[in-house]
Amino acid sequence: MQFFFEVLIGGLLAGVMYSLVALGFVLIFKASGVFNFAQGAMVLFAALTFVSLEERGLPRWAALAATLLVMLLLALVIERAVLRPLVNQPAISLFMATIGLTFCIEGMAQGVWGSVVKGLDLGIPDTPLEVRGTLVSQFDLLAALAAGLLVAVLAFFFQVTRTGRALRAVADDHQAALSVGIPLRHIWGVVWAVAGAVALVAGLLWGARLGVQFALSVIALKALPVMFLGGLTSIAGAIVGGLLIGASEKLAEVYIGPALGGGIENWFPYVLVLLFLLFRPEGMFGEKRIDRV
Amino acid sequence: MIYREAGQFRTSYRADQRIFPIVQDRVVVGALLLVAFAGVPLFAPEYLITALLIQWLILSLATLGLNLLTGYAGQFSLGTGGFMAVGAFATYAFQLRAPSIPLLAAFALAGLCAAAVGVVFGLPSLRIRGLYLSVTTLAAQFFIEWLLTRVGWFTNYSASGVISAQRMVIAGVPIDTPARRYLLVLSIVALLALAAKNLVRSRTGRAWMAVRDMDIAAEVIGIPMLRTKLSAFAVSSFYCGVAGALWAYAFLGTVEPQAFDLDRSFRVLTMVIIGGAGSVLGSFLGAAFIVLFPIFLNQLLHGLFGDTLRPGLLPNIELFVFGSLIIFFLIVEPNGLARLWQIAKEKLRLWPFPH
Amino acid sequence: MVTVPRQHIGDVLLRLEEVSLAFGGVKALSQVSFEVREREICAIIGPNGAGKSSLLNIINGVYHPSSGTVSFAGVARRSMRPHQAAASGIARTFQNIALFKGMTVLDNIMTGRNLKMRSPLLAQALYWGLAEREEIAHRRKVEEIIDFLQIEAIRKTPVGRLPYGLQKRVELARALAAEPRLLLLDEPMAGMNVEEKQDMCRFILDVNDELGVTVVLIEHDMAVVMDIADRVVVLDYGRKIADGPPDEVRRNPEVIAAYLGVATEADRRAVQSEAG
Repeated sequence: MQFFFEVLIGGLLAGVMYSLVALGFVLIFKASGVFNFAQGAMVLFAALTFVSLEERGLPRWAALAATLLVMLLLALVIERAVLRPLVNQPAISLFMATIGLTFCIEGMAQGVWGSVVKGLDLGIPDTPLEVRGTLVSQFDLLAALAAGLLVAVLAFFFQVTRTGRALRAVADDHQAALSVGIPLRHIWGVVWAVAGAVALVAGLLWGARLGVQFALSVIALKALPVMFLGGLTSIAGAIVGGLLIGASEKLAEVYIGPALGGGIENWFPYVLVLLFLLFRPEGMFGEKRIDRV
Repeated sequence: MIYREAGQFRTSYRADQRIFPIVQDRVVVGALLLVAFAGVPLFAPEYLITALLIQWLILSLATLGLNLLTGYAGQFSLGTGGFMAVGAFATYAFQLRAPSIPLLAAFALAGLCAAAVGVVFGLPSLRIRGLYLSVTTLAAQFFIEWLLTRVGWFTNYSASGVISAQRMVIAGVPIDTPARRYLLVLSIVALLALAAKNLVRSRTGRAWMAVRDMDIAAEVIGIPMLRTKLSAFAVSSFYCGVAGALWAYAFLGTVEPQAFDLDRSFRVLTMVIIGGAGSVLGSFLGAAFIVLFPIFLNQLLHGLFGDTLRPGLLPNIELFVFGSLIIFFLIVEPNGLARLWQIAKEKLRLWPFPH
Repeated sequence: MVTVPRQHIGDVLLRLEEVSLAFGGVKALSQVSFEVREREICAIIGPNGAGKSSLLNIINGVYHPSSGTVSFAGVARRSMRPHQAAASGIARTFQNIALFKGMTVLDNIMTGRNLKMRSPLLAQALYWGLAEREEIAHRRKVEEIIDFLQIEAIRKTPVGRLPYGLQKRVELARALAAEPRLLLLDEPMAGMNVEEKQDMCRFILDVNDELGVTVVLIEHDMAVVMDIADRVVVLDYGRKIADGPPDEVRRNPEVIAAYLGVATEADRRAVQSEAG
């Protein structure tokens, strides 16, 4: 029973990490209706930039600030070069553009900083804590806290502030938002910059866990089932979805995995979400799509 | 234009519905086929055949398969690699355990296996639509990859997981020279391309396009959702399955899951985008572009920078330019090279007049 | 105003009995009952939001009524999938044109024949032989409709490039391609100028006369309705408030109060003299 809880909690905390990445996705989708496949690549890029700057001698805080600045610049470039020309194109075109963007960012990240695996030490001790007899990783706990804080801030931002409202309008209908005078470009710049910052946080945490390597961008693929489970436009969905996916993935690997030969965590989340979507095609908290003819 | 198209009137519906209604087009295509079937094996250097043409033809077939599903029927799919893998491994299984089945039949049966898998993973498309559908095809991709790697039966319990494709023999004739492999691939691809073109201009193709453009209206006018979507998955997966089998047998020589991973799915999707979604010709153009592009880039960069580039830099530059090209095409001509070709022809018709 | 004698009106083809439709708390239709006879032209009118499109959607199977029954050609059913409705001979056009923008006019109309085409997948892949013969046979039928609606010149044009009025005509052609018994037209004249409306009126009358198709149409233009309709059904807030020949309906005080107003000065005097 103890073991079960350890696996469960480990899974939940891993799920929080997935949620972090999914958050970046949801942000951009909520604000611009664009499904940003390049989020994973942005995570990789942010982590790589930070680590490489530190390697070159920059003190930690300077490296952090510089990376943030770089992500901001990246956001602006993306908005100008990719999004603006594709305003009002069908969603599938924008999605495919972000696939192209993924390749660009990956190529750039590894081309500039190299593809050697780098360690990332955030100074967080990895000694496990003992909570009522079960072992919990300190690191995972801190990551969960960071994610929670981030989510609270973002949720507040979206629901309460004027910019947040404008973002929701933009996500609904670009043309309509333009016609009521919402400055689309500024908004998108803001959104992608925020997503970039989220990517940085995710990159730091994941990088500390796994080492900064190409595999980070594959994390994005793990975040996809989280998003679809939670509903593409729901921040709450990203959190809950992440927890569910993280937990179920670990539990399945431990309890069902051996019977099937192991390694099922690659496809288990997808099949799980697939089955869920059959019952609720728009995800847990997603908006039902109404088609009028 | 090089030749006059005007003055050719069609006097029957049959003539109007031909694939190439204009006489000169038919002549050109006939000449191309002659060159492809006779000229190339006789005169082309071996490097061209093995390194480029075979690769291009097989990838065109896979692209065509994906194009039928995503470009014509509007069902987004990231599972191409998986379906190709099913075709390759199914062929291996047939050749290994039922060697009396002739090779071509094995290819066809493998295609049918892939089609069956495609239908299973296509079933959710009746409930799930749009981007959410990518979950389905990703599930297919990852599950198939895992299944073929973990379950020993598929790899004949090989320790390394990489198995050699059996030698190909058709009616007693071994297909071992590049020229023979090329002709085999060319024949299969040409036949399937013709079949695809026929499907697309028939009732099925129209039903697919109707579902793509406005599925609610399609249902209202009587187009059956279930059968239409599933037929798209089935036919598309069949094509991808055959392509996968050919890839393993006529190109790689080995049957391995790594050749059919998610990266493969993305590459084929890129070929569809760049070549032109919803176009048979576009599939071939897109595949050609992606096959030739790294070579061209390589030459260009070596020409510009000699050997001064860091060794690891080239693949990353390639990746970057690759991504930029996708974005470029989506902005400038979302209907891809096929549309550019159409526009070029229209301009040539009027040349030297501007409009 | 022209009155066209309608001798060939037959038995009841479509019957709605106490049909109600509710979306959550909103009642779109309340116990609507009426009949449409074979080869009739029946117009459904009413203010915006009266539930007219919902009514059409129910007849056609897109919506399912909360209560009540719909009988078509003697077969009563509570709910029907749109596919089944199409198969039993009901075709329709839509308020916001629902054409397949990626295809040509010819292909769009050919999709209307989809239900009648039978050749299997393999035959289509081969094309030569069975599938080709079927294509040509159906092409012939479609060309008849193209001829009928006078859209020969644009048959190879992608639908997205056509002006609005022509798109509406193509949509009508697609509906006719199914050789329906009942044609549902949702605001077929919306957004058209006078000439286009006259053309469309003529086409609808021809469809009814020559092809014997029963027509139910939603229309806002009163002149059109009075001109071509055999019967008029008036809806207001989801209830039926009048049902009868155009002349009768236009004099119905409830209808006038709810919706019609008065058409011309002469009519106003006529109403006043009737009431007074």
